[in-house]
Amino acid sequence: MSVSVGVDVGGTFTDFLMLDSATGRFATAKVPTTVDDRSRGFLQGIDELGVPADAIDWLVHGTTAGTNAVLERKGARAGLITTRGFRDVLELGRRTRPNAYGLSGNFKPLIERRLRLEATERMDAQGRVVTPLSESDVRAAVQQLIDEGAESLVIHFLHSYVNDEHEAAAVRIAREMWPNEHVIAGHEIVREMREFERGSTAAIHASISPIVSQYIQRVASSLKDKGFRNELLVMQANGGMMSSALVASHAAHTVMSGPAGGVLASAEIAKAAGFANIITGDMGGTSFDVALVVDGKPVITAEKDLAYAVPIRIPMIDMHTVGAGGGSLAHIDKAGMLRVGPESAGSFPGPIGYDRGGERVTITDANFFLGRLNPGSVTGSNKPAPIARIEAALSEQIGQPLGLDATAAASAIIDVAIAELAGAIRLISIEKGHDPRDFALMPFGGAGPLHAIAIARELGIPRVLVPRFPGLTSALGCVLADVRHDFVQTVNLPMRGIDGNAVVAIMRQQAADGRALLAEESVDVGQVDVVHEFDLLFKGQSHVLRVEMKGEAFDADAVLGEFVRAYKQRFDLELPEMVPVLANVRTTVIGQREKVDLSIFRPSEGTLASAETGTRDVYFDGEWRKARIYDRDSLPLGAAIEGPAIVEQSDSTLVLDPGTTSRVDEYGNIVVAIDQTPAAN
Amino acid sequence: MLNHQQAAKLGQSIDPVTLTVIEKGLQQVCSEMDLVHEKTSFSPVISEAFDRSNGIYGLGDGRMIAQGELGLPIFLGVMQETTRCVIEARDDLEDGDVILVNDPYLGGTHLMDVKMVRPFYYRGKLWCYLSNTGHWPDTGGMVPGGFNSTATEIHQEGLRIPPVKLVRRGRMEDDLVQMVLANIRVAEERIGDIKAQIAALTAGARRLTTLLDRYGQDVVEAAIAELERRSERMMRAHIDTIPDGTYEASAFMDSDGVVNEPLEIAVSVKVDGSDIEFDFSRSSPPCQGPLNSVWATTLSAVYVALKHIFPDVPMNAGCFEPIVVHKPLGTFIHAEYPRPVAGCAAEVSQRVMEAVFLALAKAIPDRLFAAPAGTSGNLSLGGHDPETGENYIMYYFSGGGYGGWWNGDGLTNGCSTIGISKSQPVEILEQRYPLLFESYALREGSGGAGRFRGGFGVSYKLRLLRGHGKASFLMEHGRFGPPGILGGEAGAPNRISISQKGRAIEPEHISKGEDFVLGPGDTIEVNTPGGGGYGVQAERDSEANADDRLQAYYPDHAGAA
Repeated sequence: MSVSVGVDVGGTFTDFLMLDSATGRFATAKVPTTVDDRSRGFLQGIDELGVPADAIDWLVHGTTAGTNAVLERKGARAGLITTRGFRDVLELGRRTRPNAYGLSGNFKPLIERRLRLEATERMDAQGRVVTPLSESDVRAAVQQLIDEGAESLVIHFLHSYVNDEHEAAAVRIAREMWPNEHVIAGHEIVREMREFERGSTAAIHASISPIVSQYIQRVASSLKDKGFRNELLVMQANGGMMSSALVASHAAHTVMSGPAGGVLASAEIAKAAGFANIITGDMGGTSFDVALVVDGKPVITAEKDLAYAVPIRIPMIDMHTVGAGGGSLAHIDKAGMLRVGPESAGSFPGPIGYDRGGERVTITDANFFLGRLNPGSVTGSNKPAPIARIEAALSEQIGQPLGLDATAAASAIIDVAIAELAGAIRLISIEKGHDPRDFALMPFGGAGPLHAIAIARELGIPRVLVPRFPGLTSALGCVLADVRHDFVQTVNLPMRGIDGNAVVAIMRQQAADGRALLAEESVDVGQVDVVHEFDLLFKGQSHVLRVEMKGEAFDADAVLGEFVRAYKQRFDLELPEMVPVLANVRTTVIGQREKVDLSIFRPSEGTLASAETGTRDVYFDGEWRKARIYDRDSLPLGAAIEGPAIVEQSDSTLVLDPGTTSRVDEYGNIVVAIDQTPAAN
Repeated sequence: MLNHQQAAKLGQSIDPVTLTVIEKGLQQVCSEMDLVHEKTSFSPVISEAFDRSNGIYGLGDGRMIAQGELGLPIFLGVMQETTRCVIEARDDLEDGDVILVNDPYLGGTHLMDVKMVRPFYYRGKLWCYLSNTGHWPDTGGMVPGGFNSTATEIHQEGLRIPPVKLVRRGRMEDDLVQMVLANIRVAEERIGDIKAQIAALTAGARRLTTLLDRYGQDVVEAAIAELERRSERMMRAHIDTIPDGTYEASAFMDSDGVVNEPLEIAVSVKVDGSDIEFDFSRSSPPCQGPLNSVWATTLSAVYVALKHIFPDVPMNAGCFEPIVVHKPLGTFIHAEYPRPVAGCAAEVSQRVMEAVFLALAKAIPDRLFAAPAGTSGNLSLGGHDPETGENYIMYYFSGGGYGGWWNGDGLTNGCSTIGISKSQPVEILEQRYPLLFESYALREGSGGAGRFRGGFGVSYKLRLLRGHGKASFLMEHGRFGPPGILGGEAGAPNRISISQKGRAIEPEHISKGEDFVLGPGDTIEVNTPGGGGYGVQAERDSEANADDRLQAYYPDHAGAA
């Protein structure tokens, strides 16, 4: 086994990365995403890699198709059958409003009301049957939904996380009447309490399952026609992957899988380079996504909202999005304050510098004007950036209201953006119980490396690790991912006097379910790892802390001890008077794939001088400095770079501020040490 | 320390980046306090419903320097009043002290909102105050949870705490804690809430010290003065867009819970250039029941209403400068000791806001919305569960429809306008309490018809499974539905129906009542208000009408359709 290909289908571009571990060769490609038929661009990119389809051993695919369908309410027509009296749960949500202030705005449920039907049945909170399931209700509802033209179906009953009997019976009936792989019961997706969140997760699944699985089937069959002999693999939001055979039943797990791949790749790169704890900053055109990697593993959460009132309760790499990307617009608000974002110029018209009709100043324009981005090399264009127009816009839109010249205005835009991003990272770290100074920063995405040094300085982060291909990190993540499946079961048992055998029974069942999925996937995995985690809280609280325990036993004392320790570390509080409760049992089953050796990116020997392409005036800390410009692809192993300098490559630009010392490591990463940090934190 | 003029002068010369960075820095201090408070609290009202607020307040008058953006909106103007009252009441504050207070008449709301104020010292000198508030599930009194509807004086409502030292130079006053805990229900978990609230202030002090170390005291003070000036400028720019004139409107409460007659909140809003004045003096006199509002809450309600209309104005004392609210002495929205106030923060404040919305809808309809459900819809249920052997108190706040707005239909099942809290899931309620929900549904037909119709309220019905319980209701908009504007119709009014041993009863005060004894099998059904409609129904888009029919939003296919 040796040739691996990772493909990340983004909103604008589709990225490809091919690694051949036998020959030590790698290749990259980038093609525009073909929105009308994404599979067309996919196949074109494979061609550009220059490797025949029948020589590819591993082909792993990350996509945002599902996410976008949900966000734009362009998903499949889904139907719902639920407990009598509760069909509006998905529309009522948790009684929120879009913004804390302002009473305008509205919300469109994922499944429209006329396709939400009810069946007589009821369980209580302990899982005891209160009202038996009316099978005739289920049959009538299924028939009605078929007649209404539904494409997928969710069965969602109250308390199915504790007793799934009624849901299972109903879904059996539905599948008999309507052989359709897009029929699902809520408990098959997630076994966690809270009816709106579980129902929403199932509704997300039903909205995207037909779309994602049709797309994957199309790609898989085209690939087969081209001679590809293996199982097409699909990236998941948890940073693992699965076989395309499971996509129909696990569609919700593909949501946000592209960005998750980027974080996973970062974790692997960092581990190889000797960094256990990193904060990743993925900066693209419209947003900045932050994630934490602790002890070599991306932090996972199961409490995200895809959008307003659209919660999803599957384990995902915990990413936080800040509305500041290269295309974010700078403006002066009514109070005369300089603001950057969240409004963005998007990819069209885009920044002024792209010369596609954009007229309002963006972060990217400030970077062009300050010499940080090469005005002679504009992504997707053969024309240079119109610097005179950028200058005029900077003066007029930002400089004059603030009494600044164009240079100071551009610098102010960058500084405000940095403050915003650094502040967001600090809050996210604290929320997860960490101090950002204990981490290295790993920037990726096209714009991440432009601002990474300044952000790290602001946060007191001592080192920045810049991967070899910052713009292809998501595609690399696809190549590096293991096969992974997660399970959760809500139990809500007080820890004192807990029946350990009952917990172990759940752990065993979850592990067995995971192994069964692996068997179904026909993917060649080596070692299988099973990890058990426990969500605990004190009785009366709402927020859980997760504790991981090794082994297959359940040692209540050890779990409790770890919980108390973690609570003290996180909140500096001890609560001996309170009653600890085991809320959820979680199991992750990981099928290890053949490891890709990242030293494939090892640079060749050579001199730094041969990588230097010239110098440019770049504005740092209030003055113009002569910065050396380097070509990333020519940087030799061990090269040492003193800031100020700029490192350019086709997918990204790295700005190295004065006072930094950088070195190229054996994996092609640039490791930046920041000499002095202000008294941050 | 700089005086105000010096700070203002230095502030004007401060560079724009530093200004924005310090603004964000102060917000992050508050956000971190909010975060610690929420994550460590035991009260689900705080951890699930976010009924808490944390902020930074100035020397002298306690003016708001910054307040957490995710705090409960009604505390927008309340916390600076609380802090000011504490400053006035205590001249013996020292480093390491924390004051505990819940007195409604001293910058408060209802008794359940328990505030803490910590003097913050920087380099040995008092620099500002860090204050927070959290809604405790109980503070004693005649009904579990505190939301009574029949008290006639504050002493029936619960434990009233004047500004006392909870922590003295870093040491918790255990005697005081014991005294407090002995007077409230389900006290076991409250020590956890007390610790959480103190931990939030500690986190804030640590972060604020870092900020001051980083930028220097003078620069931060100058930035604060400048930020205030700019917030004021922005608020004035908004007020300037309102045509000059006087706009009047009234909002009505169903009753005070004791005397079954409506109460009127009459407002006269005078706009003159960038100044705006509110006169509520024609409102009803103080009432016997607990639907009085204290001054801090009434004032804050006006601020929150304006913030809902102009949401982009940054929050600090500056944005309040152009706003003058005359103290409505002698009315029920300026209650004094010993008037009962349990409904003040949750209900009366929302009706004050409704009066402001309705008045300003006459001036700037393109920025306004018809009346929202405007009630917190509080159902309290306390009792004993024979299966677990434990006593319990449940509060259930429900949402309602928002009004149609200038470019769309109102939101269905929105939160109270003074809150941002999430409702509790049925699956969690059924796990914690001996009850079963028979339904939890969109209330068909409740949205007021209009060009943009109101959002829908909720219809739920629950059944007590075992043991006995007592139910109390503190709701509103039962007598009159939330009004529409520009010809839109009112949303459906609130309805409560109780079934005791098969006998159906409705509370005499329609939306209020207490101590309804429930036995196994008895049920409670509540239908919450829909929002008012915006504009006349005849102008409604035909596709929107067709969709209303298709989704069966109106039961008889008539109504708005």
